[in-house]
Amino acid sequence: MIELSHIRRSFQVGDQLVHALDDVSLVIEEGAYVSIMGPSGSGKSTLLNLIGLLDRPSAGSYRLNGQDVTALSDYEQAQVRNRSIGFVFQMFHLIPRLTAAENVELPLLLAGMPPEQRRPLVDAALAELQMTDRSRHRPDQLSGGQRQRVAIARAVVTQPKVLLADEPTGNLDQHSGAAVISILETLNRRGITLIMVTHDPEMGRRARRRLRMVDGRLSGTADGTA
Amino acid sequence: MALHSGDLRRFAWRALRGFPARTLLMLTAMAIGVSAVVLLTALGEGARRYVTGEFASLGTNLLIVFPGRSETAGINPSTMMGETPRDLTLDDAQALLRSHSVRRIAPINVGSADVSRQRRSREVVILGSNQDLLDIRHWEIDQGRFLPSADLTSASPVAVIGDKIRAELFGAERALGEWIRIGDRRFRVIGILGTEGRSIGVDVQETVIIPVASAQQLFNTASLFRILVEAKSRDAIEPAKKFIIDLLQQRHQGERDVTVITQDAVLQTFDRILTALTYAVGGIAAISLAVAGILIMNVMLVAVTQRTAEIGLLKALGATPRQILTLILAEALMLSAIGASAGMALGQLGSYLIRVVFPQLPAQAPGWSLLTALAVAILTGLLFSLLPARRAARLDPVLALTGR
Ligand SMILES: Nc1ncnc2c1ncn2[C@@H]1O[C@H](COP(=O)(O)OP(=O)(O)OP(=O)(O)O)[C@@H](O)[C@H]1O
Ligand SMILES: [Mg+2]
Repeated sequence: MIELSHIRRSFQVGDQLVHALDDVSLVIEEGAYVSIMGPSGSGKSTLLNLIGLLDRPSAGSYRLNGQDVTALSDYEQAQVRNRSIGFVFQMFHLIPRLTAAENVELPLLLAGMPPEQRRPLVDAALAELQMTDRSRHRPDQLSGGQRQRVAIARAVVTQPKVLLADEPTGNLDQHSGAAVISILETLNRRGITLIMVTHDPEMGRRARRRLRMVDGRLSGTADGTA
Repeated sequence: MALHSGDLRRFAWRALRGFPARTLLMLTAMAIGVSAVVLLTALGEGARRYVTGEFASLGTNLLIVFPGRSETAGINPSTMMGETPRDLTLDDAQALLRSHSVRRIAPINVGSADVSRQRRSREVVILGSNQDLLDIRHWEIDQGRFLPSADLTSASPVAVIGDKIRAELFGAERALGEWIRIGDRRFRVIGILGTEGRSIGVDVQETVIIPVASAQQLFNTASLFRILVEAKSRDAIEPAKKFIIDLLQQRHQGERDVTVITQDAVLQTFDRILTALTYAVGGIAAISLAVAGILIMNVMLVAVTQRTAEIGLLKALGATPRQILTLILAEALMLSAIGASAGMALGQLGSYLIRVVFPQLPAQAPGWSLLTALAVAILTGLLFSLLPARRAARLDPVLALTGR
């Protein structure tokens, strides 16, 4: 369960203070399917990064599964990210010199898991995304949709509780975008909490819970439960 | 969370291979630095071995008596010039044999004179000495025999000539038993030296050796250039030295006017000088390692900048700051180790080539220089990567990922 209360995140730009997040309070239950929409610059990515512990709030508190995670050290936050959170990015962010399988393996490698334990997990994750026959390909030998599937395999190989996706279809054509969304929804149906930022209203509407951000604030939701 | 060492190695290796241009650049810098250290110390060590070898070939348990007092035990210009404040005489030389510590002596007189036979003539270094010179210097006779074992004062007209002189004066003709003219006197050739190489500046094959008394007559002098003394053993060197100094003081009316140097002392002096020289050139070469280090720092900084997004990603996947630091340092360590090994191989190859081209110069880097070069190279690589690695470890993951 994700509990944000009175979160602020401000940036000093020159002599001006920009409030990317302005008093955001939000509770997301385990297994939820949440979409975040809103105009550019409204703070959607900032919110997602905060939830993913890539960023720290300027004020407010954040509890993840009952634990106050804002108080954790960089080291402890890294461990939480490794075990409990998966990221999917618009730009895929695969390491170009590594094969698909090696990219998927990275979070396990960073967790210090021995190689012989990693292999079955990597194979399973790739198989789930129907990328087994591409496991030895490097990113530049894959299409955009295939790259995003490798990135999703990497995000879920540690079996995290939360999957954060920032415009995961932003760099894909309509067809492969739809395929990626359906994969994410399948993962969600199996229990993972899915939080997705999107500019596509049609995709946003598919979520059970829709959040809308304007100027760093949450402004009402389509399902009225914010 | 500790990375497995195999994973660390593989990841670092892939990263190095991912950027071949910068990897090659750093390897080259490192290799040049290390090979410079290896090569220069090899040269220094080669020079040291060459010089000490030359001294050893002079003879064993050797003492050299010079006329003239020198304050330092080593060598100085006046001993080298052979200044003669008070003469050493043949009687002085003869008297030295009274010591129990002395095995044999060879008085030496040196001069140059025209040596001729029929129409052929050339100027030659003439050595006046006695029979024992042959054994003291470990020379070898090729044909005939060496100087006769007569009384030191007998000036018999015989000569032993170097092989080059023989060739020049006699060509293919038989030399043994023939007469040659040295200055205005006639000498009979009784032996030909087979020894090759040089003995402190004098090519043995280009000298003519005659009895010391004959040389004194030839150069019209009663004095000696120096006296070579061979002690009975290594332990007898010091007693012999003391005996010589005391005896000659007695014989020279209480004046301490001779210098006795032992081959050991000279050898040690040269050894010290050349070892210091080797350290010095090694140190200078090590500066090129520091230059390599600075290059590594710059290139690693660029590498970190180039890979900002990747580092941000690793952080998003749960890499701790320490893991990032370790990854970058592992890369630097691998680079320096490979570069240093390449440099080591290059330096050794260079030393080998020098040995092939100049067989007299035993150029071979000493063990300490190989170890130091390796250690300094790896340490430099690590040290100069610390700054880039820490910068990477501290990167803000959000900024890194968005490329801001
Ligand atoms: N590091 C930063 N320094 C200064 N300002 C920042 C920084 N990061 C974000 N901002 C500002 O915070 C606000 C929110 O940015 P954010 O990236 O969250 O927007 P977004 O909703 O994701 O927009 P988009 O739809 O274009 O991705 C913007 O005004 C942005 O300029
Ligand atoms: Mg955004």
